[in-house]
Amino acid sequence: MGKTIAEKILSNHSKTEAHAGDIVIADLDFLIGQDGTSGIAIDSFRKMDAKKVFDPKKIAIIIDHSAPSPNEGVSAIHKKIREFSKEQGITLYDIGCGVCHQLTPEQGHCVPGDLVIGADSHTCTYGAINVFSTGIGSTDLAAGWISGKLWFKVPETLKVVYKGKMPKGIYSKDLVLNLIGKIGADGATYLALEIGGAPIDEMSVDARFTISNMAIECGAKAGLMRADSKAIEWVKKHSKKKPNPQEADQDAKYKEVVEIDVAKLEPQIAKPHTVDNVCPISEVLGTPIQQGYIGTCTNGRLEDFHIAAKILKGKKVSKDCRLIIAPASKEILMDMIRDGTLQILLEAGAVSVTPGCGPCVGTHNGVPSDGENVISTANRNFKGRMGNPNAFIYLASPATVAASMIEGRIADPRKYL
Amino acid sequence: MKLTGKARIPKKQIDDINTDYIISGRYKFKIQDPNELAKHVMEDLDPEFYSRLQKGDFLVAGKNFGCGSSREQAPQAIKYAGISAVLAKSFARIFYRNCFNLGIPAIECDTSNIAEGDELEVDLDAGVIKNKTKNQEIKIAPLPPTMQTLLADGGLVEHFKKHGGFKL
Repeated sequence: MGKTIAEKILSNHSKTEAHAGDIVIADLDFLIGQDGTSGIAIDSFRKMDAKKVFDPKKIAIIIDHSAPSPNEGVSAIHKKIREFSKEQGITLYDIGCGVCHQLTPEQGHCVPGDLVIGADSHTCTYGAINVFSTGIGSTDLAAGWISGKLWFKVPETLKVVYKGKMPKGIYSKDLVLNLIGKIGADGATYLALEIGGAPIDEMSVDARFTISNMAIECGAKAGLMRADSKAIEWVKKHSKKKPNPQEADQDAKYKEVVEIDVAKLEPQIAKPHTVDNVCPISEVLGTPIQQGYIGTCTNGRLEDFHIAAKILKGKKVSKDCRLIIAPASKEILMDMIRDGTLQILLEAGAVSVTPGCGPCVGTHNGVPSDGENVISTANRNFKGRMGNPNAFIYLASPATVAASMIEGRIADPRKYL
Repeated sequence: MKLTGKARIPKKQIDDINTDYIISGRYKFKIQDPNELAKHVMEDLDPEFYSRLQKGDFLVAGKNFGCGSSREQAPQAIKYAGISAVLAKSFARIFYRNCFNLGIPAIECDTSNIAEGDELEVDLDAGVIKNKTKNQEIKIAPLPPTMQTLLADGGLVEHFKKHGGFKL
């Protein structure tokens, strides 16, 4: 019987013929935690009476969610993480290095065919480079640190096939918001996504990460893509590890196949307070905005800032709102300095905060006030997400956020391109 | 395993309750004491939720409970708030795993006819919930064997201490 990408990677790592529904115990290639989840993982590690991690080279902790620390409670957690990392000899990416989901592929920790877990739900991001990567909780992470293994239920796969030519002003963010709007917040619960088609082949690897990143927003366990020559080239630039790309068999069995034509898509917006509350931009044009945010593991990459800079060059952020930007890694920030992107954005009125999660998770760097509307390139718009349950968050592409900043209200990016 | 308690249903919303609502990012980063964290459970959705709870109560919700962030602080806050099990029409994957890892039963069942304050008796072995207030019975889908093992061992920490690794 043919296999999906998920079935192949989980078979290879459990040395079994794994098919959907099977429970396997699989060997892990890399494990990450972040500052919001690693504290409990360290507690669980101690409670399990463990002394040493299975292999320090395969483990990293990234301090990105609340970095630098905004208060003494967070400082205590950061201290605990730094001490544990030193004690165990694992890789620590401290404040300012960037977001875990940018650093893990960018710093070469995972390559096609790998199996990766992370105590962060957006670990599914590396599916874009053919890595079966999935989010788990802190105690699962601790079990992985100790044993180098984790149990998995092999998921069925929902295949998403995009077709058509991408219209001007439409980006990968619009594609994934549209998909989540179509299938809903639980449309792919317990399933892996396999995402492909001509528009995916044509887009950059940076843009693909945006789609895989948001697989969790429809409940998916992984957001897998095949590793084409573009992906392999990207990976070779970032990692010395040998890729072992996995393609689905022709006769692989899918739970369902969804086809989406992108040719007539408008820019997409997820309205408050759920990610699947998606509409075409025409429905919300003119909604007043007080804060914009470009960044996060979804849309904080160099290409995203290039798109924003193209729209904001020589223009000013409206006096009615403020624009916060957070590059997803220090490398991206350095690139933005070198190629002038940062200067364009700062001259337009943007405020750049530390590479990392920025205001996405509501702990620092721009908590909105009561009744304020925020337009953000992040992946979640839950009530209270950015630290205030009385604010309203709209999700969009970097182009839509940039255009909205000029007008101080939700604006169509196509007229600025 | 037999559990008894009252049904506690979050106000405002029962479907797609995400882990940000179970415990806000405002608290999960700065509070390490799970007993303190528990006081803020469901706060953004239902500020009085914690004050209504008595030890052993059940958290009852609709579909896709626990979606979103992987934060283990969510089931931890539920556990330390004294809730004995979560009953929902369906669960998001990471939250579901986290519950059993902490030894909390996450039970899939039809919750449509359960009202706030209903007296429930959950019998995991018999696979049935008795709603004593309404004199109704609700069937429970059998727990997957992996989850039964984790629950019997008292969670993943205890499972690892007992077996020195995964024995599922």
